[in-house]
Amino acid sequence: MTTTAPFQTSDTTIAVTPAERSARGFLGWLMAPERRGALLITPAIVTLVVVNIFPLLWSYGLSFFSYNAKYITKPPRWNGLGNYIDLFTDPEVWGRFQNTAVIVVGSVFLQLVIGFLLALLFAKEFPLRRYLLMLVLAPMMLSLSAVGVFFRLFYEPTFGFIPRSVQAIHFWLTGVDEPVVILDTPVKATLAIVFADAWMWSPFVMLLVLAGLVSVPKYLYEAAEIDRASAWRRFSTITFPYIRSLLLLALLFRTIETFKIFDVPYVLTEGGPGTSTETVSVYLFRVAFNYFRTGSASALGYIVLFGVIVLTSLYLYAIQARGSAAAEPSD
Amino acid sequence: MSKRDIRAVGIAGWGRTLGAAIISLIYFFPVLFIILTAFKTRQDALAWPMKFIFAPTLSNFVSVFFRTSVEGGDAEATGFGLYFFNSVFIGGTSVLLALIIGTAAAYGFSRFPLRGNDTYLFMILTTRMMPPIIAIIPIFVLFRIFGLSGTYVGIIALYTAFNLPFSVWMVKSFFDDLDRDIEDAARMDGSGEWRVFKKICLPQVYAGLAATFVFAVILTWNEFVFALMLTSPETRTVPAQIVRTIGGSMGVDWGLMSALETLFIIPVVLVTFALQNQLLRGVTFGTIRR
Repeated sequence: MTTTAPFQTSDTTIAVTPAERSARGFLGWLMAPERRGALLITPAIVTLVVVNIFPLLWSYGLSFFSYNAKYITKPPRWNGLGNYIDLFTDPEVWGRFQNTAVIVVGSVFLQLVIGFLLALLFAKEFPLRRYLLMLVLAPMMLSLSAVGVFFRLFYEPTFGFIPRSVQAIHFWLTGVDEPVVILDTPVKATLAIVFADAWMWSPFVMLLVLAGLVSVPKYLYEAAEIDRASAWRRFSTITFPYIRSLLLLALLFRTIETFKIFDVPYVLTEGGPGTSTETVSVYLFRVAFNYFRTGSASALGYIVLFGVIVLTSLYLYAIQARGSAAAEPSD
Repeated sequence: MSKRDIRAVGIAGWGRTLGAAIISLIYFFPVLFIILTAFKTRQDALAWPMKFIFAPTLSNFVSVFFRTSVEGGDAEATGFGLYFFNSVFIGGTSVLLALIIGTAAAYGFSRFPLRGNDTYLFMILTTRMMPPIIAIIPIFVLFRIFGLSGTYVGIIALYTAFNLPFSVWMVKSFFDDLDRDIEDAARMDGSGEWRVFKKICLPQVYAGLAATFVFAVILTWNEFVFALMLTSPETRTVPAQIVRTIGGSMGVDWGLMSALETLFIIPVVLVTFALQNQLLRGVTFGTIRR
């Protein structure tokens, strides 16, 4: 670098004559200022291509074959669009998508409601707020598999504290003392998963809503107070516009993540009773590693991936919209 | 503000504290329950109504690592010492690698935008949003073909790639937050690009790098699907082993299960406390900043 570096930004750089450049050789060519950005991101891109993208492309190829990963040496057999056609016409697959959709809708809805209420609770400053906030935020950072194990213990029919508590409340209300089993019917098992997942992720929504709430300028509330605006009006015209974009991001983000839900049903219910809580991811795991229909699993993976990419694009679009709407004074 | 006003605010504030304390404790109760149960004897763990006051015991924690498999026999190692070591070793190594590669890329994305910068960033985020269950199918097969299944090299390479998108987005958000004027002043004074990076940009994001490191270590520590399918008994991490034990004879021993879970989650809970200010950025991969 010469001492007369341009000071605006670094993408306009000092002119180097071809002669000078050839004198520096390959290394000089490689280190040239205009190649700096590419040079810096190359290791990351290469790692991702080797470990992520290549296997994905490989499984894209596999999705057109019949293949069993148990017998690695046995060559795959061409199946054309067979795997996809089978999947689209298989009621089992649609059943798994329905199970997932029910869990997504139930859990994300609960997360938004609970997260929002928690955020209202923590919106104002009060003594010990920081420490109490930590208790509420902790579930979000736990391992998904640990949460599965937790609730498996809590729902356990004889000793779990949740069925025993429900039994006690039921006895207190009706005078009938009978054991409660949580995971025995499809509806209850689905609710059990929704409850566990919502418990874990409501703090996430709270965190986003809190970020929106603290960004509301105080003077707006003061002005509203002078105008004697009702609480509802204050909320709908001042608070809500500030948290709207963040709520949308929370909704999209949690929808993507819950759509992928695997660990909790896998550990907690193992998809049961029957297949009523078997989500797409758990089913995918079964097809791939219990039945070893690797080609078919790859095809289903691609269908799921398509959904995730669509949702991710929406999420990024929402982020950009929020960023460019900086006129809306949320940051 | 008069003295009286201050006291009024104080009382109202403590009222909110009380309400928030009750709600927070209810919310935290599942975690608290596990931690308490870890210190209980077998009888206390199963007692109903549940006991909040009891004589604590550490025997469950000892049993996590050493216990007798047959009645009256000698205590044997359960292997959890190794699994905890694996979790730390694999997590630490892969996150360090991801952070080195990721910081370079983040600096590139932030300071030297390429044509198609957004496309690369989108590609990187998509690999992170991708369900691990989809990635695991081809990787499982390829790892077996290349003999990487169950090796440290394989799982560390995989976790490095797994942590890379997160590192890039996080660190990029920290670089984006920096004030450019200082760098430009340094350039005007004749600092080379390497010097600008090393002496000006990097020191300003040390705290951010530390937060990213800790965050990624938690994500790796918690990761379950890859660990379940791609580790051997020698390289197995804690979550993969916990789920294996739950169906077995250990699954009915509540104190033991809780002790195991407590050891597994306590580092995470403590770190969460320390990371509170970076939590929002972390859980959204740096796409949302405070």
